[in-house]
Amino acid sequence: MSPHAIQAEGLEKRFGETRALSGVSLTAEAGTVLGVLGPNGAGKTTTTRILATLIEPTAGHATVGGYDVVKQAHQVRQLVGLTGQYAGVDEMLTGTENLLMIGRLLGQSRRAARARAAELLDRFGLVDAAGRPAKTYSGGMRRRLDLAASLVGRPQILFLDEPTTGLDPRSRNGLWDMVRGLTADGVTVLLTTQYLEEADQLADDIVVIDRGQVIAHGTSDALKEQVGGQVLEVRPVDASDASTVQAIVADLAGATPETVDGLVSVPITDPALMPAVVRRLDDAGVPIGELSLRKSSLDEVFFALTGHHTDDVDAEADQLVRAEKEGARA
Amino acid sequence: MTTAALAPEPQLTRRVSPAAALRHTATLAWRNLVQIKHNPMELVDLSIQPIMFVLLFAYVFGPSMTGSVSSYLPVVIPGIIAQNALFAGMSTGFGLNTDLTKGVFDRFRSLPIARSAPLAGRILADTVKQAWSMAILLAVGFLIGFRIHTGPVAVVGAFLLLLAFAVLFSWTSVYIAMKVNEPEKVQLFGFVAIFPLSFLSTAFIKSTRGIPDWLAWVIRNNPVTQLVEAMRGLLIGGPVLHHAVAALAWGLAITLIFAPLSLRAFKRRA
Repeated sequence: MSPHAIQAEGLEKRFGETRALSGVSLTAEAGTVLGVLGPNGAGKTTTTRILATLIEPTAGHATVGGYDVVKQAHQVRQLVGLTGQYAGVDEMLTGTENLLMIGRLLGQSRRAARARAAELLDRFGLVDAAGRPAKTYSGGMRRRLDLAASLVGRPQILFLDEPTTGLDPRSRNGLWDMVRGLTADGVTVLLTTQYLEEADQLADDIVVIDRGQVIAHGTSDALKEQVGGQVLEVRPVDASDASTVQAIVADLAGATPETVDGLVSVPITDPALMPAVVRRLDDAGVPIGELSLRKSSLDEVFFALTGHHTDDVDAEADQLVRAEKEGARA
Repeated sequence: MTTAALAPEPQLTRRVSPAAALRHTATLAWRNLVQIKHNPMELVDLSIQPIMFVLLFAYVFGPSMTGSVSSYLPVVIPGIIAQNALFAGMSTGFGLNTDLTKGVFDRFRSLPIARSAPLAGRILADTVKQAWSMAILLAVGFLIGFRIHTGPVAVVGAFLLLLAFAVLFSWTSVYIAMKVNEPEKVQLFGFVAIFPLSFLSTAFIKSTRGIPDWLAWVIRNNPVTQLVEAMRGLLIGGPVLHHAVAALAWGLAITLIFAPLSLRAFKRRA
């Protein structure tokens, strides 16, 4: 067994003329969550599909659980679970039937499959809906059933491709808790997401991909440090002092602060600035309601790395999304 | 939620054994049949539509075609059985395309199961449905006066011939399912191709008398005509062998063309 649960080197994938991946390398240690972060069309789904043995890379090499995803695909399939962007549940079957089917396909006896289905339906809060066809489920329930389906075989390695896209905040938080529960049990998770907060919340390590390439990797904190950033935020007790605060902060930081709802914030690189700001505000007799020094958000990190925000979907990304969808349609 | 950590290191197999492949196929066939329970539309397709066709054709067209309902039944029952089998074959493609577009196929492909099982399971389930529809048609026919004049062996032969032809022919719908991006387009094809194909045959007529020569030639050489004539022979009596052989040869030719095309289209899609 390779020491890494997931290891990919130089994965490339072309769909006709379109290059979806041009050299993606990543590793995930057993029992950790690897977040693959990137905007639409960056190559997240293509990467996941290669690692889950649904498609073969045009070039490059990858192992999952120590097995080659091309030459030993059958072994890989026995170790992994996959939850895709589009919930892979049979809408005509009930929740129970869906899980029974997977259990039977995995070689479980009828009794074992039944017990496992009941256990998972219970865990994912679907007991009441167990006897209803999945087409009557809400989006959040379908995702939960899909996740349950990918856990029937107790996979050691789980691929979650944008598991929370389109979910409301409550369902999303619920799913996050489930992912945390799984890693506590030693499952390795590869999670793709467009949401920086999601990667920040769940991932031990983050790989940032953009246009089919890895543009950064490291822990969430390391990434934030890599692009240098901290943000100083000051809120005066009296909102009318905001302009005074703004002037003092601007003078010390040498940058133009932003003031939103009485909160003055400015990016800084020197942490020693904070005491200086406090002294000057004290001298000016401005009472401080709130003062903080925080690391940049991942959105700010992404902007620093790529020069565009995560919600920018330009024509090129659109084209890649189409190519990826086309590839995803089988 | 302690299962994953405590699970023993699984014994990994290196390939799917033939016995396991059969089990996977059976499970997926079960899945396709169980769907009927939750989808009343499919029950309509499988049972009510064939019954309606038999009654409408027999009572509306019968008297004009052969002078009476009873004398038209030996013509129309085998014809409707054949036409119904072609339409029902479209459901193979419809279901496959639904699985592809809804992501269910991705789920199957991520599992350690035989690669052929999703398709084989569907074909097996569709064959069961075909047999069910044919039995319904024969039963309704019997109730309104249709009588089988051959023996049980010939009837079993009729079932086998129809099911074999249906499986071979269903590759056309599999191919379309691989090429289109929504299941409804498979049905659309069913209508534009199968309506003319089944009506340009002897399915609903006794002879081609009065039909222009070129059209009569098309009708005589239509695979559906061969199937219908063989079915008539097996259910009522008359020549069977060369019609059956011709029907199966057509079916085989269709498979030889459309199976490789389907596999190629599937690989492209993946």
